[in-house]
Amino acid sequence: MLRYALLRILGAIPTILLVIAIAFLMVHAAPGGPFDEERVLPPEIERNVERAYHLDEPLPKQFVRYLGGVLRGDLGPSYRYRDYTVSELIANALPVSMRLGALAMLLALALGIAAGVLAALRKNTVLDRLVTGFAMIGISVPVFVVAPLMVLVFAVLLDWLPASWTGGSGGGRLIMPVIALALPQIAYIARLTRASMINVMTSDYVRTARAQGLGTVAIVRYHVLKPAVLPLMSYIGPAIAGVLTGSVVVEQVFGIPGVGQFFIQGALNRDYTLVLGITIFYAVIVIALNLAVDLAYGFLDPRIRAQ
Amino acid sequence: MKMRFLLFVWVFVALAACGGGNPVSDVSVLHRGNGEEPESLDVHKSSSTEAGHVLRDLGEGLVGYSPAGELVPAAAESWSVSEDGIEYVFTLRADGRWSNGDPVTAADFVYSYRRLVNPDTAAVYVQSVAEVDNAAEIMAGDAEPDMLAVEALGPQHLKIRLSRPVPYFISLLSHPSMFPVHRGSIEVHGTAHARPGNLVTNGAYRLLEWQVGGYIEIDRNTFYWDNAKTAIDRVRHYVTPEPMVELNRYRAGELHITRTIPPESFSQMRAERPDEVRVSPALGIYYYGFNMTKPPFADNPRLRQALSMAVDRETIVEIVGRGEQAAYSFVPEGTANYGPSTYSWATITQPERNHTARQLYREAGYSDDKAAEFEIRYNTNDTHRQIAVAIQSMWENVLGARVTLVNEEFQVLLANMQARQVTQVFRANWNGDYNDAHTFLSTLETDNPANFTGYANEDFDELMERAAAQTDLGRRRLYLEEAEREMLDEHPLIPIYFYVNKNMVSPKVRGWGDNVLNYHYSQHLSFATNQ
Repeated sequence: MLRYALLRILGAIPTILLVIAIAFLMVHAAPGGPFDEERVLPPEIERNVERAYHLDEPLPKQFVRYLGGVLRGDLGPSYRYRDYTVSELIANALPVSMRLGALAMLLALALGIAAGVLAALRKNTVLDRLVTGFAMIGISVPVFVVAPLMVLVFAVLLDWLPASWTGGSGGGRLIMPVIALALPQIAYIARLTRASMINVMTSDYVRTARAQGLGTVAIVRYHVLKPAVLPLMSYIGPAIAGVLTGSVVVEQVFGIPGVGQFFIQGALNRDYTLVLGITIFYAVIVIALNLAVDLAYGFLDPRIRAQ
Repeated sequence: MKMRFLLFVWVFVALAACGGGNPVSDVSVLHRGNGEEPESLDVHKSSSTEAGHVLRDLGEGLVGYSPAGELVPAAAESWSVSEDGIEYVFTLRADGRWSNGDPVTAADFVYSYRRLVNPDTAAVYVQSVAEVDNAAEIMAGDAEPDMLAVEALGPQHLKIRLSRPVPYFISLLSHPSMFPVHRGSIEVHGTAHARPGNLVTNGAYRLLEWQVGGYIEIDRNTFYWDNAKTAIDRVRHYVTPEPMVELNRYRAGELHITRTIPPESFSQMRAERPDEVRVSPALGIYYYGFNMTKPPFADNPRLRQALSMAVDRETIVEIVGRGEQAAYSFVPEGTANYGPSTYSWATITQPERNHTARQLYREAGYSDDKAAEFEIRYNTNDTHRQIAVAIQSMWENVLGARVTLVNEEFQVLLANMQARQVTQVFRANWNGDYNDAHTFLSTLETDNPANFTGYANEDFDELMERAAAQTDLGRRRLYLEEAEREMLDEHPLIPIYFYVNKNMVSPKVRGWGDNVLNYHYSQHLSFATNQ
């Protein structure tokens, strides 16, 4: 197991290097630069700025310089947020994103699995239709519609909750962002759980258990739930990565100082180092979570451990 | 199973409950929406409007602005100008203090201005200092920063020599790039000097907290010379890049002032909260430029004029729907010391204009069989798209031109505008840096980097140079006005509308003054006493 984990970690290094190289080429290939504005800089000023940020060097040299920094753990200065380094920006924004993401994921798992199980047990009944219908809506109605609507109803009209992250303190300000983040995840998880539950429920050993007189609750609890949730694992890895690193829309609508906004703003502003830093960070998280999921499979499913 | 469930609940509650911020209900804090995140609070590394709003609360230059937008003495008490308009001597306030209690001296200004022009600083906004003698040579790397013609004549007297007379020079000194920076903290903290705990400023407030992506919080600088007049102890400038989100926060009572009002809610707000909607003319123009270096617009003044006349500006202003002013000149009304020139046809009706436009279109060699074909480029944005669609249909209906719309990401459009290779008609805007016609007209000088049209007219350039050499404001104004007329006659661009400043201002806030620059210093504001 340890050997397997080590091999996987070693295998991740070339992947990350490749991600860095491709991302580096792509941000530099995009037209315009971090200091381009409508108020065009006079040529000598542009030269000074480019020199200060090493943008005047040939691209390969810039790449080597950047890679050297990354290896030392230095993601460079942000071009747009000039008083901060990329590492500082990520470190400051991460706790907020992580907290929201973790809450949303826990909520999504709890509600999603419960809804999925219920729907599967009451297959083709009104309850099932309700759950699958809700899941359909959750998946297809985008967050940028749901979130502002929530603000309008619960903050502006009813005045129950703060309209933004900075508009309140404590738990209240978390409610709407967490729900907004969790909604599509709940829907996905419910659908996945339902499908795999139905699949497991029709398997031979469940029929045997039933034949031996076990009640539905016991069957689900001891025999079905674990194998039924297993297919969720491969979905949860990337989903956690996505939710943890923040949702741009949720962050914008609720004014949350998280990581997600930096990604979009960084790309639009051609903030090369910021975009690269977050890409690397994201890549590392995705790889780590995939590894964690693979290892968790081993724990959850003895058949995989045996291989 | 039960244990696991309890653990789950515990983790959830623990995550939800920990942390917390300051309660917003505290009425002594002013909450302001401020748009995008300021790029820096180092006055030499920032140039955005958003940074400017915060920096004007934190620091001050030799001069500043009153709530009504008039220039007033700030760090300087008074000044004198030599007869040739080249040499300025400023007398600083004896009671000027930094936020750490240090006196503000002439040497601080010398240090700051030298830092601004030093190529190693890599300052992005240098327009304000550019006319100080030797500044250009230093920024080009041909002279040392200490050659800058700024000199401390004792602790309270500062002499500045210009390379040529600049009648609006005093107004340039109000720009944040011309604020002093605190030498001691820069020498100790280096690039980290503009952070909370490190930043030392000379204005009414000092930096308390900066949550990137959230807000910048500032509080009263008790050492400030005019501290007695500061009414509000604490101010938060929030990052509010989305106008609709900002408005919702305002409506939920979380903001006292918004940076703007989203177009889709403007009429609703005006109907529901007429006293809270503030609209005033701004120093900015929305225009369509022609690429004057390529066909079909190169050497084709009739086509350009026809297109300009066929744009029904009143309809467009209605589409935008925020009180904008239709534009028939390039320099906005309300610009100091200036009377904008307008098109001779500005006074006739739109059907009459369309009639003339059709004639010009035919004279330019186009007809129904041989339609003019070209593209409008604009950066991706709802309002820009609506306007482009409207203009496209005006040109198709009135003239029969075949117009294609191309939308591009802003940085891409900008790169194309600068290259002048693929652009034909493009959307652009210009916002004045200072209240003077020069900031607008200079963008049409042949060599100006912001001249996206490629307009090149020797007469225009000469008029601009003559205006630049004038110390007499009256005569200078005549040259500038003539230059604008000359330019308008050649139609390198289509002025569409002048921007307006739009803010929601809570009835709790007192002291708000409308002004073209849209500067609203927190130190001039106060809360209504009955709140």
